[in-house]
Amino acid sequence: MENTPAQTAIQAVGLRKSYGDTVVLDGIDLEVARGTIFALLGPNGAGKTTTVQILSTLIGADGGDVRVAGRDPAADPDGVRRAIGVTGQYSAVDDLLTGRENLILMADLYRLGRAEGRRVADALLERFGLAEAARRTAATYSGGMRRRLDLAMTLVGGPRIIFLDEPTTGLDPRSRRTMWDIIRGLAADGVTIFLTTQYLEEADRLADRIAVLDRGRLVAEGTADELKRLVPGGHVLLRFAGPDALDAAARALGDAVRDDAELTLQVPSDGGVRSLRALLARLEEVAVEPEGLSVHLPDLDDVFLALTGRPDDAKAAVR
Amino acid sequence: MTATPHVLTDSATMLRRNLRHALRYPSMTVVSIGMPVLLLLLFVGVFGGALGEGVGATAREGGYIDYIAPGIILMAVTSGCLSVSVAVSVDMTAGITARFRTMPIARSAILTGHVAGTMIQTVASTLLVVLVAVAMGFRPHAGPLDWLLVSALLLALVFALTWLAVGLGLVAKNPEGASNSPLLIQFLPFLGSAIVPTGTMPDGVRWFAEYQPFTPITETVRGLLTGTPIGHDGWTSAAWCTVIALAGYLWSRWLFDRDPSR
Ligand SMILES: Nc1ncnc2c1ncn2[C@@H]1O[C@H](COP(=O)(O)OP(=O)(O)OP(=O)(O)O)[C@@H](O)[C@H]1O
Ligand SMILES: [Mg+2]
Repeated sequence: MENTPAQTAIQAVGLRKSYGDTVVLDGIDLEVARGTIFALLGPNGAGKTTTVQILSTLIGADGGDVRVAGRDPAADPDGVRRAIGVTGQYSAVDDLLTGRENLILMADLYRLGRAEGRRVADALLERFGLAEAARRTAATYSGGMRRRLDLAMTLVGGPRIIFLDEPTTGLDPRSRRTMWDIIRGLAADGVTIFLTTQYLEEADRLADRIAVLDRGRLVAEGTADELKRLVPGGHVLLRFAGPDALDAAARALGDAVRDDAELTLQVPSDGGVRSLRALLARLEEVAVEPEGLSVHLPDLDDVFLALTGRPDDAKAAVR
Repeated sequence: MTATPHVLTDSATMLRRNLRHALRYPSMTVVSIGMPVLLLLLFVGVFGGALGEGVGATAREGGYIDYIAPGIILMAVTSGCLSVSVAVSVDMTAGITARFRTMPIARSAILTGHVAGTMIQTVASTLLVVLVAVAMGFRPHAGPLDWLLVSALLLALVFALTWLAVGLGLVAKNPEGASNSPLLIQFLPFLGSAIVPTGTMPDGVRWFAEYQPFTPITETVRGLLTGTPIGHDGWTSAAWCTVIALAGYLWSRWLFDRDPSR
């Protein structure tokens, strides 16, 4: 994707960052076109937050060339800050202030003026479903409400580029969907969105382009469809009562991955009813009954397995 | 265009935020008023008889409260200032400072807001403690000029200690740590001439007491308010305040301006 500088909201070339001997970002290239949603996908410790922190002027990089809104965060941090809004991974609201006071604090810092600041604050409270809770301190908010207040605070200054570091981690499915709608709404207004996530599904639903980050390196970049083509299909996991049954099934099924310790077979499958029926019929022929069966459709684990050759342990633990 | 013209507006915004915190959760303020008042009650009401005889030589006709009140006022100043460490540490460890740092605001406003807020609170709590002391029988015989000098010295001390406490809050790893380190400073007036004259102390402690900053400051405040001799303690106090203020300010700014990832 070739963009002229005017169309590029965020660009990084050869971005590097180390903490002591630990290399956290090992030469990352990114390009985010204006008005698009870009997802940086990766497991715990991949370097997502570090990337956001560098792009949003919070910390310095060790190397590489970065442009955000056409400016270099290292040389002209205030220029970048005037164009961006950041919702970090961890809540950045003032617990001791009410929701409304938090927003007015932002409005004052953006110097919107008294009347305009209050108007913007009230409009955001309404838009984010926080009007009822506007006069309670943020300490009393639920996780979903805090996240929404956090994002609302980010929007007070009317940023053209927004960074969202794991905006839905820890939210229940309903709050997650609300957050997705909000993010789509922002994109529809022409705001550029750079978000990080651990969920392929989230990147899939929201992003125009996705980059997969693993241990400080980008292992893939493209649209959701392009990425999915890199991933093998799903599989069916069969569990057997004993080694004899496992042997018999393995012989009958041919191209299956066998795990003797767990007594399981992993058989490639699209997970459809028809192929499941065929699979079970084949086992029936050799008179083997699996003890358990589960269907796995491609997810981040598979993307990781395919792209890095190892399973994404961290994420498996999260699910 | 730089952010410099906004230093004042942004500092005022941050100050409003900190004062709102203090009004909503006044526990820190209550402690910084309550502790000196409690000590005053304890030392004057309970131990006053015995201690008063101990300082008999230096105490004038006003009795022990005239000797101890200046020291207690200094404790009010100290505990007021040091409360900022926790507030700063809470801010630094919560995400809100990261948010401020990515906004186009004057960065110094974050610390300036804390310092200004703490100074206002400390001035108010110190005034209250002075009133309580007077209500308990403290009778300063100071002229307007003496009061002015005391106010100036105490303000300088408040400014200096607050910046020092901001630095302590910035180096602390968490708010618990930030509430511990200032305790040492809070204890310093006791190891000076706040409660009893340094001459009555064992040698090692006396040596420390005579050279630490709170002794000349206590002596100056006591001298200005109750007429005891000041000597060059006045200038020593001014020098200490300047040094602490400068060191505290530069240290805090350096800590705050460091790349948070270092
Ligand atoms: N201040 C720091 N000092 C030392 N190491 C750090 C620091 N911050 C991050 N790291 C290390 O850098 C690596 C990447 O961290 P980062 O927070 O960017 O990952 P992430 O992709 O955001 O992970 P998560 O999904 O857990 O939020 C990790 O190994 C982490 O331990
Ligand atoms: Mg992170």
